[in-house]
Amino acid sequence: MRFFIELRKLIFISLFIYLVIKLFFISGIPTDYIIQITLYSFIIVLASLGLNIIYGYTGQFSLGHAAFYGIGAYCTAYLSKILGVETFYSLVPVVFLSGIFTAFIAYLIGGPILRLKDDFLAIATLGFGILVRVFLDNSDRITETLGGSRGFVGINKITNLELSFFITVFFILITKNLIDSRYGLFWRAIKNDELAVSSIGVNTFNAKLIAFIYGCFLAGIAGGLYAHLYTFLHPSNFDILKSIDFLIIVIIGGMGSISGTIVAGLFWVFFIEGLRIVLPSEILEYRWVLIPIILILIMMLRPYGLMVKKEGY
Amino acid sequence: METILYIIQQLINGIQLGAVYALISLGYTMVYGVLRMINFAHGDIFMLGAFIAYYGITKFNLPFPVLIIISSLITAIIAILIERIAYKPLRNAPKISLLITAVGVSLFLEYTLSLNAFFSPNYIGFPRPFEIKNYELGLISINNIHLIIFSVTIISLIILYLLIYKTKYGIAMRAASHDLEITRLMGIKTDSVISFTFGIGGALAGIGGLLYAMAYPQINVFMGIMPGIKSFIAAVLGGIGIIHGAVLGGFIIGISEVFVSAFLSSTFRDGVIFIILFIFLLFRPNGIFGKSIEKV
Repeated sequence: MRFFIELRKLIFISLFIYLVIKLFFISGIPTDYIIQITLYSFIIVLASLGLNIIYGYTGQFSLGHAAFYGIGAYCTAYLSKILGVETFYSLVPVVFLSGIFTAFIAYLIGGPILRLKDDFLAIATLGFGILVRVFLDNSDRITETLGGSRGFVGINKITNLELSFFITVFFILITKNLIDSRYGLFWRAIKNDELAVSSIGVNTFNAKLIAFIYGCFLAGIAGGLYAHLYTFLHPSNFDILKSIDFLIIVIIGGMGSISGTIVAGLFWVFFIEGLRIVLPSEILEYRWVLIPIILILIMMLRPYGLMVKKEGY
Repeated sequence: METILYIIQQLINGIQLGAVYALISLGYTMVYGVLRMINFAHGDIFMLGAFIAYYGITKFNLPFPVLIIISSLITAIIAILIERIAYKPLRNAPKISLLITAVGVSLFLEYTLSLNAFFSPNYIGFPRPFEIKNYELGLISINNIHLIIFSVTIISLIILYLLIYKTKYGIAMRAASHDLEITRLMGIKTDSVISFTFGIGGALAGIGGLLYAMAYPQINVFMGIMPGIKSFIAAVLGGIGIIHGAVLGGFIIGISEVFVSAFLSSTFRDGVIFIILFIFLLFRPNGIFGKSIEKV
């Protein structure tokens, strides 16, 4: 409880933001599409926050984040199908359950692969991403409901503003607190010098594993909300390009910066999706020519991200 | 008897695919040896090799030997340019920055070429530079594509061997892969050695792209992603930084991929490759030939 009192300012600010968005939605100005991408942007912020824990704070490079996002999405969709979830209130426990399931998968996979470093970790997580993709493509052999390469259809549209906004805000606050906790300190220290941290008696492997599990848990929750927002899942939505999306958000926002991730996540969704309304499709194709150039320039000029001056503490 | 012949037939197909992977994985392993980085854009160099050959055939109607030379030369130049423009400024940056830059270069090449002004994102049929001929040996059939891929791969490997073990640049490259800093202290221009490494890797990937497009005659700007990743796995399997290891790893990956497609299901083949990778990373992270000096 104390932590909510300490964070009351942030809670009031987010309530205010919620009211503004809610009024905006009720006013009837925004189309369904704009409402959808607004909710989607909160989901993306949540999932990117997970990657920021893993990569931005702890320094464990992951190219398979979208796989966990996908596991969460498929798990939620499957559970709510077999349990017949149709309302807002019954969805929340299902989403949390699939978040926990995703975290469990992350525990199983993180145990062996977090012993690897840098590039090898990148390849291993990339490999896990492709394994999940192959599994999802063949999932109709296990049960017809999962749909395999035809995609998972017929999910109820339940995710609304309250659900996506408050879950995201809740986890932003939790994450903020976690970063200031003892484990958050370990994570930041591991990023700077793992050897030094282990020399003062910290179990670095455990700390890394917890960061990985928590990051993937957030991705799983975000995936669950995504499933009930877009009502259709396809394995290609969760492949390596999606993982690179999350990576770009974390890099643009700055590694180890929560506010940076929030801003970059919102910016990213409106940049990718929002421009579809404004620009014709011929010009739209050039986005993906521009983005890699921006990425390379950031790496050359601001290697710790746009919004972080130095390697952050 | 028929099963054995079927296995031999699949083995031949596997060696064909493995030869292409071997050519690509050499580029990964050499670059990793010198710079300790995963050149994610290498798969796209492979794709460029196929596209250059496509233009050589459809626009200029070039004969096959000229195609090989043109593809490998242009891809070598592109690989050197990529290194000079994108990677060189980051020589002292953290490893992950280099990796992200490489991912950026890869995305840039793919999406720029997939613009409608260039190649468009669709699949394009690749015209073979010559007619396909089948030779029946009992129940096994071999075609001239198989034979050409084997012979081109062997010739390229011999040239590579001569370059690495018999020329001064090759000696410098091997020294650089041992210790880049010390090599620089010995008065060797490491920047040109690095360019040389990227050039050779690019040329081999370009040849690989041409051969792959001949064997599986459909090309696409995103065709380099999976072969690129698999070839990197091949390099890890053989022991990253070790040249003969990359060749062996390429053949292992190619043969296992074809066998999984033939005996299990083609949808599982990518999964099996990554399971092999996991097993190696966990139990023998230095690969088949790697000595356990550096703990990854």
